[in-house]
Amino acid sequence: MNNVSVSQAAMPQNPAQSVPGARSPKPRSNTTGYNVANVREDFPILRQTVHGKPLVYLDNAATTQKPKAVIDCIRRVYENDFSNVHRGVHTLSQRSTDLFEGAREAVQKFLNARHSHEIVFVRGTTEAINLVAQSFGRSTLKEGDEILITAMEHHSNIVPWQMLCEQTGAKLKVAPIDLKGELLLDEFERLLSPRTRLVSVSHMSNALGTINPVKDLIELAHSREIPVLLDGAQAAPHMVVDVQDLDCDFYALSGHKLYGPTGIGVLYGKEKWLEAMPPYQGGGDMIRRVTFDKTEYNVLPFKFEAGTPNIVDAIALGAAVDYLEAIGMDAIAHYENQLLQYATARALDIPQLAIVGTAAQKGAILSFTLERIHPHDIGTILDHLGIAIRAGHHCAMPVMDFFGVPATARASFGLYNTFEEIDILMDGIRKVIEVFG
Amino acid sequence: MLDQIRDLYQEVVFDHNRNPRNFRVMEDANRKIEGFNPLCGDRITLYVKVNGGVIEDVSFQGSGCAISTASASLMTEIVKGQTEDEAHHLFDIFHRITTGKNNEAVNLEDIGKLAVLAGVRAYPARVKCATLAWHSLQAALKNEADTISTE
Repeated sequence: MNNVSVSQAAMPQNPAQSVPGARSPKPRSNTTGYNVANVREDFPILRQTVHGKPLVYLDNAATTQKPKAVIDCIRRVYENDFSNVHRGVHTLSQRSTDLFEGAREAVQKFLNARHSHEIVFVRGTTEAINLVAQSFGRSTLKEGDEILITAMEHHSNIVPWQMLCEQTGAKLKVAPIDLKGELLLDEFERLLSPRTRLVSVSHMSNALGTINPVKDLIELAHSREIPVLLDGAQAAPHMVVDVQDLDCDFYALSGHKLYGPTGIGVLYGKEKWLEAMPPYQGGGDMIRRVTFDKTEYNVLPFKFEAGTPNIVDAIALGAAVDYLEAIGMDAIAHYENQLLQYATARALDIPQLAIVGTAAQKGAILSFTLERIHPHDIGTILDHLGIAIRAGHHCAMPVMDFFGVPATARASFGLYNTFEEIDILMDGIRKVIEVFG
Repeated sequence: MLDQIRDLYQEVVFDHNRNPRNFRVMEDANRKIEGFNPLCGDRITLYVKVNGGVIEDVSFQGSGCAISTASASLMTEIVKGQTEDEAHHLFDIFHRITTGKNNEAVNLEDIGKLAVLAGVRAYPARVKCATLAWHSLQAALKNEADTISTE
């Protein structure tokens, strides 16, 4: 494995645009100093065939596969160290607590949060956003107040706010996008009103790959004293995220998209907000003192972690971020950008293919349609060739409606994908076209 | 290489996908229903003209994958002229064959032309594509209002 130092420069480099038809030369993996062969060795699941063909896993935006470091960590903890946390005086409880809190510190370092108590463990991005909606939102919003999102959001950054609006009488505003899948900044700014109480935007779109200019958005919102939540489910696995540099108020991410386990995720919140917010759920661990008259809540982050947490998966998420940092998020971002550029250029060579989402700033997602061939049929035929992609609306139906398609096929790349796999994908797409004549 | 997939995508399926039959709006339909598969976003609008328990005419519009389009197209051809009971019975057998559930007593001959869709059995994720039109027809036949939506 390469040890590439982690830079704090937060933004991904990368115009993903290519000249149509111009075949970009296939970069050799080793010219980037990135050894993808070594990385692949770390992922046991990749060593298999599907329908007699080597597995080509290109559904990383849905979920990522797990390195041995994560799988071994889960086994090791259950075999050696497991007990409940923050409770016992016995040795195993102490070990589990140390590992659990160690994972929190690993995530803190990964996101460059100022304090480890600004890292709240949740089930995933969805729960993180619901937590902010129900805790921050319900205690802050009044009838006529507004929440601003964008037209490229995943359902999990739409529905929690719609529920909050029903509960409070607040209104949900949606900043529009253009046909490239880029946010219209003027419209976004125009929609920041004196009644806007929160902005919640995707850092990177799961359906289109668009990377939003979140620093600009945060500056615009902060100049009006509006806090900003970033949905980092897609961005966190693919680029350096520095929450202090971004100055976001909340950042939500999912462990399973970050090469960690399912069922664990993170809400980062600035201390000042988390301190002021009421608890999300009541129960054990989130209290300091309980009587039948009154309950005194625990300190951060435990105030937001009612009940026995997902201890082992949190520890394994720590192992996942350690794994990623050892490779280096900037090295991963650079490599994946090369994959995207190569895939984009090769896709543009196929006349029947239309790319959906052509923003200048894009993460490694290639969403596309083929003339007169439904994405589901593409997905089934590619599966027969061992290629796993997603076909559907990607939990972003409003995005599909905007582009006037019922669904797209989506190839999404991760740190273990190769240029050869992109060749296999493109050959597969040509076969789909051939089969459908 | 893609031989196996030909079980799912038979020529008849391609044919009906390319040239769906009865793919039109029916102005004088007395049943109309929107069928929607929220998992994949497939949508179908089904128009039915029922008279005295007989399906006199049936047509559809919408966008879906090859399997759902071919299934809808085949269905409109087959049920036209059938009684409601005959259509219900056919769907029951078709459903059992495609889902592989309670299908001991049924065989492919019982569904005639629909047998070309039996390959969907091997693709659990695609069974709903093959049955969307049929579920919509069932709903349309059950309801007597002019416009019905499953949503």
